[in-house]
Amino acid sequence: MVDKGIRIEGLKKRYGSGDTAVDALKGIDMQVAPGEVVGLVGPSGSGKSTLLKCLGAVIEPTAGRMILGDELIYDDGWKVTDLRALRRDRIGFVFQAPYLIPFLDVTDNVALLLMLAGRPNGEARSRAMELLEALDVGHRAKAMPSQLSGGEQQRVSIARGLVNRPPVILADEPTAPLDSERALAVIRILNDMARKYDTAIIVVTHDEKIIPTFKRIYHIRDGVTYEEAGEGRSFD
Amino acid sequence: MISLAGRDILHAWGKFVFTGIGLGLLIGATFTMAGVYRGMVDDAKVMLDNSGADLWVVQQDTLGPYAEPSSIYDDTYRSILGISGVARAANVTYLTMQVRQGERDVRVLVTGVTADGPGTPGWPPYLVAGRQITRSHYEAVADVATGFKLGDRLQIRRNQYTVVGLTRRMVSSSGDPMVFIPLKDAQEAQFLKDNDAIVRSRARTAQNPALNRPGVPGLLDSVITSQSSNPYVNAVLVQLEAGHVSEDVARSISRWKRLKVYDRAQMEHILVGKLIATSSRQIGMFMVILTIVSAAIVAFIIYTLTMGKIREIAVLKLIGTRNRTIAALIMQQAIALGLIGFVVGKITATLWGPFFPKHVLLEPLDAVIGLVAVVVICILSSIIAIRAALKVDPAEAIGG
Repeated sequence: MVDKGIRIEGLKKRYGSGDTAVDALKGIDMQVAPGEVVGLVGPSGSGKSTLLKCLGAVIEPTAGRMILGDELIYDDGWKVTDLRALRRDRIGFVFQAPYLIPFLDVTDNVALLLMLAGRPNGEARSRAMELLEALDVGHRAKAMPSQLSGGEQQRVSIARGLVNRPPVILADEPTAPLDSERALAVIRILNDMARKYDTAIIVVTHDEKIIPTFKRIYHIRDGVTYEEAGEGRSFD
Repeated sequence: MISLAGRDILHAWGKFVFTGIGLGLLIGATFTMAGVYRGMVDDAKVMLDNSGADLWVVQQDTLGPYAEPSSIYDDTYRSILGISGVARAANVTYLTMQVRQGERDVRVLVTGVTADGPGTPGWPPYLVAGRQITRSHYEAVADVATGFKLGDRLQIRRNQYTVVGLTRRMVSSSGDPMVFIPLKDAQEAQFLKDNDAIVRSRARTAQNPALNRPGVPGLLDSVITSQSSNPYVNAVLVQLEAGHVSEDVARSISRWKRLKVYDRAQMEHILVGKLIATSSRQIGMFMVILTIVSAAIVAFIIYTLTMGKIREIAVLKLIGTRNRTIAALIMQQAIALGLIGFVVGKITATLWGPFFPKHVLLEPLDAVIGLVAVVVICILSSIIAIRAALKVDPAEAIGG
C-alpha cells in the first residue's frame, strides 16, 4: 500500500447483465504517488470516463480494490458508507469546462467545498485566497466567473479542486478548451500544485500537445490500461 | 453557511423581481377578490348595525325585507309597541331603483323612514354634512357614495327631493348606497303608477258593476281612493327595552301578530348565508382559479430556473453537496419569489382597492392567511423542481 496518493488493483466495471452486458473496465491496475501527475490517455469509448467515475466514487465498480491515501475505500464493494462525504473531503475534481457556480464570486466558488463541509466561512475563504494567490488569480478574488477569461476560470477550477487538500485530483480533459500556451500553463500549474500540496493528479486527456509533458502515461484501450514512460518534457 | 439561494437571487435579481411583480399582481387580484367578499359581508353587517334595530318584523313565511319581498300594514307598528319589552318600533321601506340627478342616474337603495326624528330605527345614525330630514315630504339624506351634494335635486319617480344631509357607509348588502326619504313618500314611490295607468285603472273600476252601484253613492270614490293609496311597509324595525331578551320578545310578536320576526343573528345569517351566498361562491371560485394559476406560475418559473442550472447542480452534487442543501436552494428561491409576490400583491391590492365600485375590505387576518398560503403554495410548487434536481446524476459533470 502507498502512504498517500491512489492505487487501484484489478478494477472492473460491467454495465448491464446477461447477453447485453458490456465490460467497460476489464481489470485496471494503476498507481499514482503523492506529488505525481500522470496522464490517462485513450480514444473515445475506451473506458476513460468510466474509470474516472469509478475513481470519483460516482459509480460503483463491479470488482477490484481502490486505496485512497492510506484508506481502503473499495474491495469488491464500498468500504465507506458516505460516498458524498468521500467526494467532498478526499477527492478533488477539475472538469473539462470550469463549471464555476455563476452566482458565487471567485473566492466563494473555491471556498464553497469547505463551507459545505461545515468549516467557518472565514477559514474557508482564507484557505481559498491562499490557493488563488498561489495560482496567480488572487487579484480576481471578488470577480464573478463571467468576468474571467477562460484561463483564469480554469485556474479557479483547479483551486476549487485543491481546496479540501485531497490525496487525489481527477482532472477530466482540463485543457480541452484552451490553446497550446494556456494548456501547457494549466499542466505546469497542476504539476506545481501536485508537488506543493503532495497530491496525486490523474489527467484524462487526448490533447496531443500536453501528452509529452507527462513522466508516466496510462493508455487505456478496450477497458485495459497499459503503462508507459512519458517524455516528461520540460515546460521551458 | 453560505446562502446559495440568496446569492443566486442577488445574481439574477432582475429576473426574480420582475417575475415576483407579475406574480404579485395575481396575488393582488386574489387579495382583492377576498376583499370584495369581506366588503360584502361588512356592508351587510353595517346595514344591520346602522338600522338601529334589535328585531325585524316582516311578512309571515318570508325572509324579508332584504332577501325577499315583505309587505305588512303600516299600522302594525302600533300594536307591536304595546308588547312587553318593545321600546321603539318604526315602519321602514326599502326599494332599490335608479335615482335621477340632473343628467345622470345612480343605483341606490331608497329607504323610507318614519318622521319621528333622529334615533328612530331606520334613520341614518350619523351625518357627515347637513342635517337630518325635518319635513314630512321631499327631503332626502344620501350616502356620500352616491356622489350627491347638499342642495342637489333628486328625481324619485314623479317627485323631486332636496338633499339636506349626507351620511357615510350606509349601503345595501349589494353595495348600493342608500338614500333616505320620508316614509309616506317612499310608500308612494313603491306603488306609484303613471297617469295613464291611473286613468285606465279608474275606468276599469267604474265599469265594474259591483264597485259602481247606482244605489250606493260614494262607493266608487272610496274604492278608487283605496286603490290609489299604499298602506303597506316592508318591515317594522323594533328596539328593545333594556333587560329584555330578543328571543322572548320575538316569540311574543310572532305569536300574537302572526308575523315573522328575526333577531340580529338570524338577519345576519339571512344576509351572509343566503343573500350573498351565490356571490360568495362565485368569488371563492375565482380565488381558487387565481390560486391555481399563481401556483402554476411559481412551479413553472422555479422549474425553468432549476433546469437552467442542471450542470451547476451536477457539479454541486459531485463535489459532495447534500441533497437537502440543493432542495433548500430551490425551495428558498420559491419562497423568496412568493414573498416578493406577496409584498407586491398586498401593496397593489391596497392601492387599487379604493377605486373599486364596491367596498373592498382588506382584513389584516386575511393578509396573514394569504402570507401563509403563499408560502405553502411556493413550497408545494417547488417540489417538481426539487425532484428534477435530485434526479440529476453527478456523473453528468464528468464528460463522456
